[in-house]
Amino acid sequence: MTWPGVPPAVPAILLALLLGAALVAATGGDPLDAYGQIVVGALAWENLTNTLNWAVPLVGMTLVAAIPLRGGMVNLGGDGQLVAGGLVAALVPLWLPAPGWVLILLATALAMLAGGLVAALAGLGEVRFGVPLLISSLLLNYPVAGLASWLVGFPLRDRSSGLPQTVMIPAAAQLPPLGDVLNMGAFAMLAVVLCVVFFDRATVAGYELRMRGLNARFAAYGGVRLGRQALAAMAASGAVAGIVGALLVLGSQYRFTDGALLSPAYTWSGLMAALLAEGEPVGSIAAGMFFAALQTGGFAMERETSVPRELSMVLQALVILLLAARHGLARRRA
Amino acid sequence: MSGLVSPFLVHTAMQSVTPILLAALAGALCGQAGVFNIALEGQMLVGAFAGVAASFLAHSALAGVAVGATAGLLFALILAYGATVLRGDAIVIGIGMNLLASGLTSYLLRPLFGVTGTFDDPRIVGLPVLTIRALSGMPYLAALFSGLTAITWIAWGLVAAATVALFRTPIGLRLRGVGEAPEAAAALGVDVRRYRVATVLFGGVLTGLAGVQLALGTITVFSDDMTAGRGWIAVVAVLLGRSHPLHAALACLLFGFADAVGLQLQGRGLPSQLTDIAPYVVTLAALVLSRRRRMA
Repeated sequence: MTWPGVPPAVPAILLALLLGAALVAATGGDPLDAYGQIVVGALAWENLTNTLNWAVPLVGMTLVAAIPLRGGMVNLGGDGQLVAGGLVAALVPLWLPAPGWVLILLATALAMLAGGLVAALAGLGEVRFGVPLLISSLLLNYPVAGLASWLVGFPLRDRSSGLPQTVMIPAAAQLPPLGDVLNMGAFAMLAVVLCVVFFDRATVAGYELRMRGLNARFAAYGGVRLGRQALAAMAASGAVAGIVGALLVLGSQYRFTDGALLSPAYTWSGLMAALLAEGEPVGSIAAGMFFAALQTGGFAMERETSVPRELSMVLQALVILLLAARHGLARRRA
Repeated sequence: MSGLVSPFLVHTAMQSVTPILLAALAGALCGQAGVFNIALEGQMLVGAFAGVAASFLAHSALAGVAVGATAGLLFALILAYGATVLRGDAIVIGIGMNLLASGLTSYLLRPLFGVTGTFDDPRIVGLPVLTIRALSGMPYLAALFSGLTAITWIAWGLVAAATVALFRTPIGLRLRGVGEAPEAAAALGVDVRRYRVATVLFGGVLTGLAGVQLALGTITVFSDDMTAGRGWIAVVAVLLGRSHPLHAALACLLFGFADAVGLQLQGRGLPSQLTDIAPYVVTLAALVLSRRRRMA
């Protein structure tokens, strides 16, 4: 099944949609109705802002996965990096007396630092201690999330609320809304996206990272210092996760609530989107937007039909599995 | 510290470590055959779901065991063929399988049982525990070894059997050859692909059983993502034990004891958010220490 001129993701997506339809039909649903509701729920004019709003963090977490993936590294620690950034962003406006826009910039900068440090620590695990990055990044999620959970559950808890969460940040430090659903965070994410694409296409470091992804030993022979590069790529990736955490806290949640950043599973959807495009930024972003539409539509589908919204997760996973198999087939023929 | 390590503690650790132990054994065997299996988490979740569903529908724990193991085997087909015949990337396939398992089990809860999040029903039959009469006169030993499920005993038996099979039998030699030097093994007439497929599928059965023990062992319930990182801990145990079943099993025990000590400390008033991270920190520290020594 190789068609000239058709990107390999297209047949994988079509086949995944077919398998998903079979699942819906087998569990007593109407596949056409379900898919129709997904399309309307995601792309109808009045729903587009919802899709965009979901796409802001999801595209961010896609970049978190895509940056290291471009160099052949897998960062599974997005959850911990996101939480570290979100918590810091929720605390800075509470503790520092400063004008609103200073607070927003400072909170975002420190959130980047926090996310970047957590990710760099995972990178250090591989570079210094020989623990595979996949494992060191993943294992760090648990202590970071546990510690954040304890902090907002006990010492930093808003005593007036029944939930484990911090006190709400002052209105001056909240990102200005943009219409009913979106907020200024969407522009911030657009800026991040442009930076990453520029880095990938037009800088020496971006070229070196791509080279590492194609052949790490060749890159090292060409003078790339692999250890330092791994740390830098991870720090950048974690910093983007920190930004996502900051934008969610400053733009829509206005406080750090235990579990609120992780329950939508942006990290894993983002990872799948990045895998779909093998870390190439523009393709990854497109895949992230596609998955955002799929999930936003999934919520609408669940409201309108009896089909559970987890169908979107199943479809995403199927696309990745089919693509992994297809790549293998193509490689065998080559 | 002395009050922290009691026979009760060891017993708790033995029971809670069984799912991780079985998954780590599966991972170790796959590692020996040269397949990096990071789909353990998803396979365990599928086994847990299928086990609970079958136990509920057939009112039988045995049906839960049989269906859970079979579901683990069927789900492992994706990795078995994806990473060998189709030559896909085992890591990408593993990530995809974990998310597919998470999404699919969560999806199926509603059409099959009409619930979301957690499926808890008195008609789900849990695994029986084995009481050893001979130990009734010895309270310490009874506290240790009585009241464990059959799967726990089988898991330890399999660790021993797998160690012997790997290092003392021709099949084990071929399996290790397939992992260490696939070209050489193929040149000697060993069907590399068939060995890998069979190992991954056998691992699927083990991981399916791990899920059954998790969902029908001490509790009888299925809930979304109830594996909660146990499959990943098993992956870490495989790394710590360098794919040696016995060494991986010891790594699992380390994790189990950290977990059980954490529970004890929680009983003494430490917040659960902090004690819950103890096993992960201990495992990470063990990984860092063991690797550093090797690198020096």
